[in-house]
Amino acid sequence: MIDLPRNRIWLWLKKNFFSSPFNIVLTLLLMYVAAKLLWNFVDWAVLQAIWNGDANTCRQSDGACWAYVREKARYVLFGHYPYEEQWRPQLFVTIFFLLSLLTQFKRFWSKYLTAAWVVLPLGAALLMWGGFFGLTRVEMEEWGGLPLTLALAFLGISASYPIGIVLALARRSEMPVIRSLSVIYIEVIRGVPLISLLFMAAVMFPLFLPEGVTISKVLRAQVAIIMFASAYMAEVVRGGLQSLSKGQYEAADAIGLSYTKKMMFVVLPQALKAVIAPTVNTFIGLFKDTSLVFIISLSDMMFTTQASLQDADWLGFTIEGYIFAALIYFIFCYFISFSSSRLERELKV
Amino acid sequence: MRHGVSDRGVGISSLWRDVTKRKYTIQVLVLIGIVVFLALMINIASNSLEKQNIASGFGFLEQEAAFEIGETLTEYSAESTFGEALLAGLLNTLLVALLGNFLAVIWGTLVGITSLSHNLLLVRLARIYVDTLRNIPLLLQLFFWYALITEFLPAIRNALNPLPNVYFSQRGLFFPIPEWSATYWGALLALFLGGIASVFLYRWQNLRQQRTGQLFPFYRIAAALLLVPPSLVWLLGGAPVELDVPVLQGFNFEGGLALTPEFSALLLGLVLYTGAFNAEIVRSGIESVKKGQKEAALSLGLSRSQVLRLVMLPQAVRVIIPPLTSQMLNLTKNSSLAVAIGYPDLVNVANTSMNQTGQAIECIVVIVAVYLSFSLMTSAFMNWYNHMTRLVER
Repeated sequence: MIDLPRNRIWLWLKKNFFSSPFNIVLTLLLMYVAAKLLWNFVDWAVLQAIWNGDANTCRQSDGACWAYVREKARYVLFGHYPYEEQWRPQLFVTIFFLLSLLTQFKRFWSKYLTAAWVVLPLGAALLMWGGFFGLTRVEMEEWGGLPLTLALAFLGISASYPIGIVLALARRSEMPVIRSLSVIYIEVIRGVPLISLLFMAAVMFPLFLPEGVTISKVLRAQVAIIMFASAYMAEVVRGGLQSLSKGQYEAADAIGLSYTKKMMFVVLPQALKAVIAPTVNTFIGLFKDTSLVFIISLSDMMFTTQASLQDADWLGFTIEGYIFAALIYFIFCYFISFSSSRLERELKV
Repeated sequence: MRHGVSDRGVGISSLWRDVTKRKYTIQVLVLIGIVVFLALMINIASNSLEKQNIASGFGFLEQEAAFEIGETLTEYSAESTFGEALLAGLLNTLLVALLGNFLAVIWGTLVGITSLSHNLLLVRLARIYVDTLRNIPLLLQLFFWYALITEFLPAIRNALNPLPNVYFSQRGLFFPIPEWSATYWGALLALFLGGIASVFLYRWQNLRQQRTGQLFPFYRIAAALLLVPPSLVWLLGGAPVELDVPVLQGFNFEGGLALTPEFSALLLGLVLYTGAFNAEIVRSGIESVKKGQKEAALSLGLSRSQVLRLVMLPQAVRVIIPPLTSQMLNLTKNSSLAVAIGYPDLVNVANTSMNQTGQAIECIVVIVAVYLSFSLMTSAFMNWYNHMTRLVER
């Protein structure tokens, strides 16, 4: 057969779409349904959509009301943070995003990048708080929206990763007391829904504080999220530890490495590399799970989304509001999973 | 183990210097630390409870709850006790979890098999579905479905009528169900007996095949065993065909099967979300069976259906079941998000009770105990399953 380009396209089409009578019917049917759905969506989201105007203009049209999103985006993204000061969370989110982007490329990996990641949470907190250099002071209760979601997720990830590693090592320890404590912790936390931990943080935790000591609700929720994610992290790391052959442990023992050195230089580097994909899945899960703090009424992005829908002037644009929030969550989750597959390639697992 | 003399040390310092003794020292110290910490916590908590005048203990379960619950499987009214309220919540959780898992496994399997189809369009559509739903928080999806039902379905008077006697409105989804009669109990009994008979038949034909090599048309006969007796009972019972049909009366539908918007949104959200994860598990499970297995079985002369049934599936299922069970557990735990859209599951009822009585610790203990027992039962099942299906190497 002559391998003309046109011929190749036809063969590809035939193999993938028209290989049997059943497949021909299926393809045509699916094309019809998909085209119809797509058309309806484009008609609603683009052709008849209202991009500018107020609620009344929107109500006269059958299309989507993106004017609503334009009106509410600032509130959804930054919550009750004072409007004129919103360049501060904007700056934080931008720096966060740029750093994540830089971290994608191995050639930028350096001490400075690590330092930037360490300084970031502190710098961001100072920037958001203000109260120096003429920056007005903004209390934590006024922070909200995307920065809160990002902070909960970022601190959650960076704290639960090391804690998870320690828990996993403890679970494989030779000391029965340490091992059973770790098993109990991991299994109990993994056995209950996150929402029960958040309730604990919101209602029960204050009972366990000495008189006069108060910890803000955001911090308590952050602790609950870290406790929750650590248990899942521990199980992922344990999987990595188990995947390592016994010879690695024995070789490290044989050359006389101490426990700490054995773990730091031989076992963990290999074990952690082996479980990059499930690790990242846990991170994505954590990022999505931060939306649960809505239920204990912290003003994360889920909360601001819901609150923006309550505006009496703009009632009835629920779907647009949810699509906007979903898009932002989706972009971040997809970005995380995309970078993990890059990371795996860079490290050549 | 042998240690150099320098490792041992003497007296008190040997508790840390001696490697074997050090292990005990660490464990004792950790234990002491934890006991002291717990004692401190309990002390502080009982002090603050005393200050707030909250009587600790589960006595409140006997008190009158004084709040209504939207939908219950048991008899419940505002005069019932907190104990009964929590029980009603537990049953609602179980209902959503059982039904949701049943549907999510079927849906996930369908989508998972679809992603292995030869039709690229089908594969891509399944991919889009899986990637989209897995990357959006479940809570947001629940809100979305709930809004879709309560805001975008028509009012009760103009309810959508997609099929005869099926109505979709913002007050819920209404389906016809068969008018229940004794005949159905008989048919169910017949089905159950048929099931038991098929199990025995399966064992018998397996043994016979091992002994004599003769094949037995098991699946046809089992299908007959499962279908014929119930149909006969139904026919003998006078072949009842009456349907309990939802009818618009006043402001709502009466009769039939009514699903509230809360229940429908929760079930739909959980099934579609968990279904996406299940689909990935099923797909990768089937892909994990090496190509050589299929080719070897085909070259032995097994038919295509035998290859699938006897070679591919048993190996795929071994890989699929463990992560699938953990997804089932996840769905059960995620059903607690019901609290956000107002379906009265266990967490929702416990939350209300907590706000009414102030007995936060007790209510959270109830939640934790219930979910922990779910997960302990699941891991007991998993251990049993892993034991049953472990590879026995010769």
